[in-house]
Amino acid sequence: MKKIVISIVLLNLLAACASQKPQETAATPASSPVAAAPAVAMASSAQTYDDALNDPQSILAKRSVYYPFDVSEVQDADKPVVQAHGAYLSKNPARTVRLEGNCDERGSNEYNLALGQRRADGVKKMLELGGAKSAQLDSVSYGEEKPVGSTHDEASWAKNRRTDINYAK
Amino acid sequence: MNIEIIGAGEQQIPVSIVPFGGDEKLGLAIGEVVSGDLQRSGLFRLVDPLGKSPHAPAEVNYADWQVRGTEALAIGTVGAQANGRVEARFRLLDVVKKVELIGQAVSANDGQVRAVGHRIADLIYEKLTGNKGVFGTRIAYVNRQGRQFSLIVADSDGYNEQVVLSQHEPIMSPAWSPDGSHLAYVSFETGHAAVFVQSLYTNQRKVLADFRGSNSAPAWSPDGKQLAVVLTRDGSSKIYLMRPDGSDLHRVSNGSGIDTEPNFSPDGQALLFTSDRGGSAQIYWMPVEGGAAQRMTFGGGTSYSPRYSPDGKSFVFTHLSGGKFYISTQDFQTGQMEMLSEGGWEKKPTFAPNGKLILFASEARGRGILATVSSDGRVKQHMFTQSGDAREPVWGPAQ
Repeated sequence: MKKIVISIVLLNLLAACASQKPQETAATPASSPVAAAPAVAMASSAQTYDDALNDPQSILAKRSVYYPFDVSEVQDADKPVVQAHGAYLSKNPARTVRLEGNCDERGSNEYNLALGQRRADGVKKMLELGGAKSAQLDSVSYGEEKPVGSTHDEASWAKNRRTDINYAK
Repeated sequence: MNIEIIGAGEQQIPVSIVPFGGDEKLGLAIGEVVSGDLQRSGLFRLVDPLGKSPHAPAEVNYADWQVRGTEALAIGTVGAQANGRVEARFRLLDVVKKVELIGQAVSANDGQVRAVGHRIADLIYEKLTGNKGVFGTRIAYVNRQGRQFSLIVADSDGYNEQVVLSQHEPIMSPAWSPDGSHLAYVSFETGHAAVFVQSLYTNQRKVLADFRGSNSAPAWSPDGKQLAVVLTRDGSSKIYLMRPDGSDLHRVSNGSGIDTEPNFSPDGQALLFTSDRGGSAQIYWMPVEGGAAQRMTFGGGTSYSPRYSPDGKSFVFTHLSGGKFYISTQDFQTGQMEMLSEGGWEKKPTFAPNGKLILFASEARGRGILATVSSDGRVKQHMFTQSGDAREPVWGPAQ
């Protein structure tokens, strides 16, 4: 139990840092793949975000976690992302997310549907540990049915082994 | 539909099909269907009639056909009847023994000319090979074109396609009811995987399972009284049984891993399924109402999508090893695994009702296609649909 409390405190600190970052964005045009936000960030030199979710420099701007082949546990590198979303959801109980698990095409469609569900459910569990309520979370799987990359190679597969954290508008 | 055949049966029976007399156009159409069916099976060699066109036994000079090296000769007449039905009267003659093997009238509704051809091909196949024909059966598959997903039912040769459902969300895992009247399948139209059942007669459809998470992998029991489905409503993917009306839902597999792709044994007493309970995806067997499961596949690689052979003595599955999928069979008694393909992007194998052919999803020239392989691995066939990617094929029941 203690462990969890500590990580939440850390996350709150992280979120606090994140909310101050926008001022730096004006100086360095974003080269990050977050497509929609940079133009806005550049327009105003002293932009702050009422909602950290809208801050392209926030860790919350990351909405996907990635996996090795046939693995459904959130990897260490992506844990801070999931934990940040858990803390955000905990502080914003009106927000809801849909967790969408995806897989590469190796394996059968049905096995991958099950694996994608396990990926999404794993993220859901971690969000709940971070303070999100079950009612804020929905987990589904697309298996290998909605690939982002469609070539038979690791470049596509790596993109397709993923859980997306999609906030309801 | 464009069909390519690779390989040939060990022994091919030489057969001549004479275009039927009477209505010449119908005769040619039926002759094409019969010839195509027999040729694709890999068990026959078509011998050109070379201008001879008898339509009645009295017009047959057996010496002509013995010279051509043919062993069996199909002749007949066809015509449209007053009530619109197409009727063919056909005979199969044994050229060596000079006797009539079959003399039969086959008829079908107007527009069902191909059905008449498939029926005749089945009769010829049965008489000459001793096995039940499957040319008159149907298949179902999913065609994906961009964002459009269509559930298709077609003749076993891929022709006569009928769209059962078309939508912008994925469709997976069609499964025939044993009487061929319904298809169960997975559709994502509600935003997640849910199981539907649809009548092929009325097109009426209903939700069978739509619990939280994923609902998938429907399979019918051989008597049609139960369906196995895979649900995540209680946690990880597990196998449940239910009646076709949705009642009597109960869980039959346990543990924390993934259990999916259930398939009933022909006697309805057992299930084969895919599970990662041992650390990687493998094929398992268990009694239908639950109990100790036995692992069936071992060794390197992973295995998926098991389906019993119609005689229950073996099963077919897809084996992933070294980055390639192989359509494979395994004998229950010997435990011997046999790879039927050279490997590639090959998934979802399904037996024809006579156990002699296996239909599966493959890929050629960058497109998803349907393919068949004879159960001895000798004859392969590629079926290209008009456009899009064909996937998730499943062979329908015997007629």
